[in-house]
Amino acid sequence: MAEDIRLMKGNEAIAEAAIRAGCSAYFGYPITPQNELTAYMARHMLTRKRTFIQAESEVSAINMVYGASAAGARSMTSSSSPGVSLKQEGISYICGADLPAVIVNVARSGPGLGGISPGQADYFQSTRGGGHGDYYHLVLAPKSVQEAADLTYEAFDLADEWRMPAMILADGLIGQMMEGVVLPADRDLAKLPKRPYAVGHQGETGREINHVSSINLVPLELEASVRARFERYAKMKETLVRFEEVQVEDADLVLVAYGTSARVSLGALQEARKAGLKVGLFRPITLWPFPEKRIAELAGKGKRFLAVEMSMGQMVEDVRLAVNGKAPVDFFGRTGGVIPTEDEVLEAARKILGK
Amino acid sequence: MELAYGHPKSLKPIQTKYCPGCGHGVIHRVIAEVIDELGLQGRSIITNPVGCSIWADLYFDFDSVQPAHGRTPAAATGVKRVLPDHLVICYQGDGDLAAIGTAEIIHAANRGEKFTTIFVNNAIYGMTGGQMAPTTLVGQHATTAPFGRDPIEAGMGYPIRVLEMLATLGGTKYLARGSVNNAANIRKTKQYIKKAFEAQMRGEGFTMVEILSQCPTNWSMDAGESVEWLEKNMIPFYALGEVKNTLEEAAK
Repeated sequence: MAEDIRLMKGNEAIAEAAIRAGCSAYFGYPITPQNELTAYMARHMLTRKRTFIQAESEVSAINMVYGASAAGARSMTSSSSPGVSLKQEGISYICGADLPAVIVNVARSGPGLGGISPGQADYFQSTRGGGHGDYYHLVLAPKSVQEAADLTYEAFDLADEWRMPAMILADGLIGQMMEGVVLPADRDLAKLPKRPYAVGHQGETGREINHVSSINLVPLELEASVRARFERYAKMKETLVRFEEVQVEDADLVLVAYGTSARVSLGALQEARKAGLKVGLFRPITLWPFPEKRIAELAGKGKRFLAVEMSMGQMVEDVRLAVNGKAPVDFFGRTGGVIPTEDEVLEAARKILGK
Repeated sequence: MELAYGHPKSLKPIQTKYCPGCGHGVIHRVIAEVIDELGLQGRSIITNPVGCSIWADLYFDFDSVQPAHGRTPAAATGVKRVLPDHLVICYQGDGDLAAIGTAEIIHAANRGEKFTTIFVNNAIYGMTGGQMAPTTLVGQHATTAPFGRDPIEAGMGYPIRVLEMLATLGGTKYLARGSVNNAANIRKTKQYIKKAFEAQMRGEGFTMVEILSQCPTNWSMDAGESVEWLEKNMIPFYALGEVKNTLEEAAK
C-alpha cells in the first residue's frame, strides 16, 4: 500500500527517514537550526527502545557514533555548522577506521558563531575532508524535504556499502521548511547489511579478533592503507556521481547550484526562458564525488557557467577545476544567511549573456 | 590434574612494548585474569586510549576499539549501548582521562554508563615523553614543569583526585583506587576490578578503578626507585581503597 503524503519539516523528515533506514543509535547536541531533528529522534528512538543520547558536546556525540558504529549499529549524529566543525576530529577517525556513519549538517552561516540563517559556506569543509589527514567522504545535498528524506534513507546503505561516513549537507532552509513527503518503508533491523569488521559476539562466532583503529606507525603500511582508500574513492567517482539537469542541452549559460540556491536558480531559469534567454540548470546531488566529468563534457560543448551559491564562492572552484579553462565560469553569491532572489540570479545571467 | 595458575587466556603470550618497571603489564594481566575467571573472553571489548596503553589492543586477546585522545568514554558509551551484554573496558591514562577527556568522563559517569573505566594514574604523560599531567604532584618535575609543578606562581594548578570528584555524581556506583607497587596491593586491585566487572555485568551503573602505577622512564628512576617514589609520594596523596561503593551487594 502506498503511503500517504505527510506534511513535515525537513528536520523531522530526515529524522523519520533515518529511523526507517534502521538507525539504531543516535547521538546529538542542541544547535539551531537543526533542533527539531534531535527532539524528533529523542521521542521516536526512545519509543522504539533504540539508543538516543543527548551528548555533553558535539565532540562526544561523534565519538559515540564511532563506538556504536564499531559495535555494528547504524549510527547517526546531526548538527549545524559550528557543531559540525567540532565533529571533524571524530569524522577523521571514522574515516581512518573505515566505519560507516551518517552525519547531517543543517548548515547555517559563518564563520565563527555567525548566524542561524541558511548558509552554504561549509562546502569546503564538507567536501575536502574537514579534519586532519588524507581522506574524503560522501556528501549528499538535498533540494527539498522529499529529497532530504530519500537521501538520508539511502545514506545509511551507501555508508555501509562504501565503509565511510555519508554526510547530508542540507542548509537551514531545507531543515526548517515544510513540504509534502512520502516516507520510505521501515527496514527490518535483523536484515541490515552485516559488518564482519565490527566488534562484539566474538565468542559465539569464533571469528578472528577485530580491532577497530586508525593507527599505524609504519609509514609504508599507512601509505598502503591510504592508497587503498583512494582506490575506493576512484570507484565511487565512477559509479556514484549524481546530478540533475534542467534544459541544459540547448543552453548558452548553465547555472550550477545545489540545495536552496538550486531552487532559486530554477526560478531564475524559468524567468530567463520566458525572456528568450537560453539558460539551463545543473544541480550536483553528490557534492563529493563531484560531477566533474559531466561538467567537463558540457564545457566541451561550448557552454558557459554561472555558479550560484549562498557563500562567497566555494563550489565554483570545483566547477572551474572540472571546466579546466575550456569555458568561462562566473559566480554569483550571497552570504551571511542571505538567500539570493530569482531576480538577482536572472540579472547576473543577463549580464553574462549581454542581454 | 587441573592447572591452578598460568598465563591468562585473555592475554596474548607475547612481550609488551612497555618499559621495564612500567605498571601497564601487571594491570593488563590482572584484568585478563578477572576476565578468565568470569568466563567473558568472547564477550569482552576494550576501548584503548591514546597514550602508552594505545598498545593494549596488541596484548589483550579480545576485540578492541581505539578512539581519539580523551574520547574513550564517549566511544565506550557507543559500544556498550549497542552491546549491553558485553564487558566493555574503558582503559585510560591520566592525560586521556583527566585532561583532554575531562568532559567525556564526567558525563559518562553521570549518565551511569554501564562500562568499567580502568584509570591508570602514573602522574605523568608517558608516550609523549614526560609532560605534566593533571595528576602530577606539586613539586614533581616534568618536561613542561622543569622546575617542578608550581600551582601558585607558574599557575600550574593542583593534582586532581578524580575518584573523589566523580563520587558526587549520582550515576557512579563503584569507585576504588588500587596500586601495583607490591603483591598485596596488586591482589587488592584485582578484587576491585572483579567487583567492578561483576557490577557492570549486572548492569548496576558506572564503575571505575583507578590504579596508581610507576613510570620509571619518565620519572627518571630505575624500577626499584620508582616503586619507592610511588609509595612515598603518590599513596599519601591518592588514598587507596574504595572511595564509593553503592552496589547492591554493599547495601545488603
